Amino acid sequence: MLLKLVLRNALRHRLRTALTMLGIFVAILAFGLLSTVIDAWYSGANTASSSRLVTRSAVSLAFPLPTTYREKLRQVDGVTGVAGANWFGGVYINPKNFFPQFAVDPLPYFALYPEYRMPEAQFREFLLDRKGAVVGRKLADTYGWKVGDVVPLRGTIYAGNWDFVIHAIYDGRDSKVDTSQFFFHWDYLNETVKKIFPRRANTAGVFVLGIADAERAAEISQAIDAQFRNSLAETLTETEKAFQLGFVAMVETLVVAIRVVSYLVIFIIMAVMANTMAMSARERLSEFATLKALGFQPWIVGSLIVGESLAIALIGGFLGVLATFPVAANFSALVGSLFPVFEVSRETIAMQFASAAVVGLVAALIPSVRAARVQIAAGLRAVA
Amino acid sequence: MRIPFTYSLRNLWARRLTTALTTGGLALVVFVFATVLMLEQGLRSTLVATGAFDNVLVIRRSAGTEVQSGVDRAQAGVVASQPEIALGSDGKPLLSKELLVLISLPKRSSGSSSNVVIRGAGERGLLMRPQIHIVEGRNYHAGSSEIVVGRSIRERFEGTAIGETLRFGLRDWTVVGVFDAGGSGFESEIWGDADQMIQAFRRTMFSSIVMRLNDPAAFDTLKLRLESDPRLTLEAKREKIFYEEQSEVLARFIRYLGITLSVIFSVGAVIGAMITMYASVAARTAEIGTLRALGFQRSSILSAFLTEAMLLGVVGGAVGVALASSMQFFTVSTVNWQSFSELAFSFDLTPGIVAAAMAFAVGMGLMGGVLPAAQASRMKIVDALRAH
Repeated sequence: MLLKLVLRNALRHRLRTALTMLGIFVAILAFGLLSTVIDAWYSGANTASSSRLVTRSAVSLAFPLPTTYREKLRQVDGVTGVAGANWFGGVYINPKNFFPQFAVDPLPYFALYPEYRMPEAQFREFLLDRKGAVVGRKLADTYGWKVGDVVPLRGTIYAGNWDFVIHAIYDGRDSKVDTSQFFFHWDYLNETVKKIFPRRANTAGVFVLGIADAERAAEISQAIDAQFRNSLAETLTETEKAFQLGFVAMVETLVVAIRVVSYLVIFIIMAVMANTMAMSARERLSEFATLKALGFQPWIVGSLIVGESLAIALIGGFLGVLATFPVAANFSALVGSLFPVFEVSRETIAMQFASAAVVGLVAALIPSVRAARVQIAAGLRAVA
Repeated sequence: MRIPFTYSLRNLWARRLTTALTTGGLALVVFVFATVLMLEQGLRSTLVATGAFDNVLVIRRSAGTEVQSGVDRAQAGVVASQPEIALGSDGKPLLSKELLVLISLPKRSSGSSSNVVIRGAGERGLLMRPQIHIVEGRNYHAGSSEIVVGRSIRERFEGTAIGETLRFGLRDWTVVGVFDAGGSGFESEIWGDADQMIQAFRRTMFSSIVMRLNDPAAFDTLKLRLESDPRLTLEAKREKIFYEEQSEVLARFIRYLGITLSVIFSVGAVIGAMITMYASVAARTAEIGTLRALGFQRSSILSAFLTEAMLLGVVGGAVGVALASSMQFFTVSTVNWQSFSELAFSFDLTPGIVAAAMAFAVGMGLMGGVLPAAQASRMKIVDALRAH
């Protein structure tokens, strides 16, 4: 009976109910998208393997390490593989087309990243061509590249025009793997750099290390950094996750701002919803008085409002959650490779439902107490 | 005949809770909208204040930022011999060959590291940036391992108080002074002697060359000569324009993100206003009938309800702007993606932003009020009077 009354009540002001639901829908949708944006920011850190370390210059990432370190790192106890990588920072046609490009030691690098999967034949082709490149599926789709295409990049750190031939397109092991990267031969970079900036040759921006036992990560990092202490290029070794989190920390303020704003949208909708419920309750004061006169308990009268509020919030919220998926997919396609991984997580969905429920409950708080406490005589006399 | 303004005003007061909730929603949206514009403005004015119009900055062609650029000594010599460079009071050219490197320093607040710009400047580097004043301690001595730090570096990073030392480039550098740079980007930098730094970092090249023009109009001739000189692979920009460009990507990101969010949020607020106005109309059906019977025109009814909706917007907007203006006390620091270094800037409230925020608020109120007001004005007198 109670449920029926709640639904009937909700449908009395169809327009108002529809508008409120629309408001909840938009708010929950926005909340979901913002959470997903934050998740996307952390995606690099979340997919980082605990069995990989990153060694870089202790001064900052802008300082490269000499490639002679490669052999020294390989000899450190517990290290199974070493691959150098340089950030290339080239521009594809227009600076707006941003995507990460790395010059890597192909064999050890791809051995360290088994989650990048590509056909064996393509990889062999890539190894044979010094100007070859491996690109991620998402990146290839964004710019419509196919195997065999030539991609021109204009160097910003390494001046000049560079042409690369795509030989392989890699897919991720699962949807969380970043497939918006561009890899090419470190040798190609180095040979060219030797000719034009001899002093900058034979350096790597970072070394990625594979370790056999993830438990020993801290110990191995310390051993490496101790080895190069007081040298011309002191090193800082950390797990891949810490390395990635370092990047997130740089834009921490923005992440915090987005998070604050995503809660603000919930507050805004809470005000709107509370308004709707306050109005409904005020209009029906005489009905509530009647119900009480008939002998219904105050809590039943109060729960009518709570029920109505929850029903509206949850239905609106549910629609909002449903809409999050297609909107997120569109958004992801729109921003292209800016966010390499853009997936609506299970936590986000749970948070969306939870916020819808909280909005419904909080909005009904004052009106339902008011309804439950209504004085029969005063309520019967009340006019809307 | 017009319905008096007080009618609309008193209606809002009569339904205080509803009015408060609706304006609260509007205020939050306006707050977000205004804050984002203030942030963008703050970022722009910080970086615009950094450059001077008659200073010219020379970097390697297509480097984009000073950190990525390199100018070797031979090229620097050619640049330094240009006739357009102004002379200082001592008769020497106003020119500074600078070295920029990024080092990571731990932050005071979180302990996590962020990139900081170290600028090795020439003898006249400070002289050419009149906005820089030493506020604590003294300037560094040329030829020594001394550094001075910007005010916001002093506040945010560890080991940057006067007397403390920072270790980079295999040397300990003593902090001897703190400078104020009038809220410009230099406040997020550490300065020292270029020649010392170039040795410490084992570089052979400067990053950029800054010079003062003796005639601001001479820029185009100088630029043309430098960029067409086959010995040079450099490009010249006015310092002001250069720093403006540095703010572009981040400013645009903040702006797009903020406007997208504001538009999405405004849907919620407009709906709130709409619900309120519909209820306001529905509750006063008989009243509207009476007004019409008294001879008030449909248009008067329409404008009375639109005024009420606008008032909601005005109140919401005023509250939102007031909230946003309190943000001026905060400073934000984040990494500027273009220069890859930490930059501190504050929220900057301008009259333009206030006007935009108020217009946005009134617009939301009006959008929420249009349909209900139209409904009210279309009511038939007889039906309306019969309500209740």
